[in-house]
Amino acid sequence: MPMLVVAAAMFAYAPVMIAHADYESSMGLVSKILYFHAPSGMVMLLSAMVCGIASAIYLWRQDRRADRVAIAAAELTALFGLIVIVTGPLWARKAWGIWWDWEARLTMSFVGWLIALSYLFVRKYAGAGSEKMAAALAVFGSFNVPFIYVSVNVWRTLHPKTTVVPTLPPGMRGPFWYCALTLFLLYLLLLTARVHLERQRAALDDLYLAQGD
Amino acid sequence: MFFRVALLVLRKDFTIEVKSREILYTTLLFAISCVLVFSIAFVREGEPLEDAAAGILWIAIEFAGTLALGRAFERERYGETLRALLLAPVPRAAIYVGKMLGILVLLFVAELLLVPLVAILFRASLFAQPALLAALLAFGTVGFAAVGVLFAAMLVRARSRDVMLPILLYPMTIPVMIAGVRATVALLQSPPDTPTVTMWISILGAFDVVFVTLSLWTFEPVMTE
Repeated sequence: MPMLVVAAAMFAYAPVMIAHADYESSMGLVSKILYFHAPSGMVMLLSAMVCGIASAIYLWRQDRRADRVAIAAAELTALFGLIVIVTGPLWARKAWGIWWDWEARLTMSFVGWLIALSYLFVRKYAGAGSEKMAAALAVFGSFNVPFIYVSVNVWRTLHPKTTVVPTLPPGMRGPFWYCALTLFLLYLLLLTARVHLERQRAALDDLYLAQGD
Repeated sequence: MFFRVALLVLRKDFTIEVKSREILYTTLLFAISCVLVFSIAFVREGEPLEDAAAGILWIAIEFAGTLALGRAFERERYGETLRALLLAPVPRAAIYVGKMLGILVLLFVAELLLVPLVAILFRASLFAQPALLAALLAFGTVGFAAVGVLFAAMLVRARSRDVMLPILLYPMTIPVMIAGVRATVALLQSPPDTPTVTMWISILGAFDVVFVTLSLWTFEPVMTE
């Protein structure tokens, strides 16, 4: 609960912070997308890693708690992935003059997002036993993503490097990390809420089964 | 023990297939129709689009492979024989290896047909470096089959498995697709760009090692109900 208050307060202040940030002359207003795009990307990557690790634990240790974390993380990967996929092209249109390019990080995020969607798809439509299939998918996905990165990197590259963030002017760096922290808090909140929901759902199922006996 | 079991599974699949030849014929016909449709789309006035041959070769392999995987496990599901296989007191991973060998043989046969077909229809000099092309196809096919067999096996129990397999398999095999197509493009240049080809083959090799290992690990827990 205190986390909720902090996150809400931070969110309320974020637009002010972004508005006061230094104006980037070559990009104009569009550069403000950075404050949402890059942190969402970080959170998405984090969430995908959480999902992959939780799935591996579920698959080999049969721990149902890990499975709940995995599905929560997969949903959030899809959500933050959507933010990244929508804000990215908006920025790219202004910066590169194109909406999309087959570049390492773009391709990796896109395919990672697709895998998260297919994870949810399996959970929803595959029927009984879908938890394990989805878990295997998540584990394979987390091993796959680096391969995509390497192969597209060899193929071609255009995206601003990760080194952009440390070289931001001080006027932009503050708001950037502020936004990153806010989105991270939001992620933690959503994750715990979702895991909580899944736990209650499992408890409810157990009760139903107990009554049936 | 391990390889004997794998070979036994392979022999079982082979014996069934020799009787009906259903999967072999459908896969080959499907591959041919794929190439035909693409050649109509991408060849204009006798001149194929640049680099189209490489892409079409790999798309045809991937599509035909998906079809073969689906059919091979549909047969096991139909006779409830996969359960029987899993009940056998043998290492589960050996069953996976046996299944994968079967799919590999099938795909290699399909490639024997596809490569000349693409070479003729797209005027591609695919046979300039036969050894490199063979190595490339072998590594790419192993990578595709490693992921494909595991996914097809676990989806046997799933609802709507026919749609599910391509949805799961295509994003997962994108590295194979990129490496295969890029290397084939490099191979088709005159003169062939051999360093690029060997570089992609080594990336495919790494992919194969990682995903075969991962599949051997995952097959047991995934197939346990």
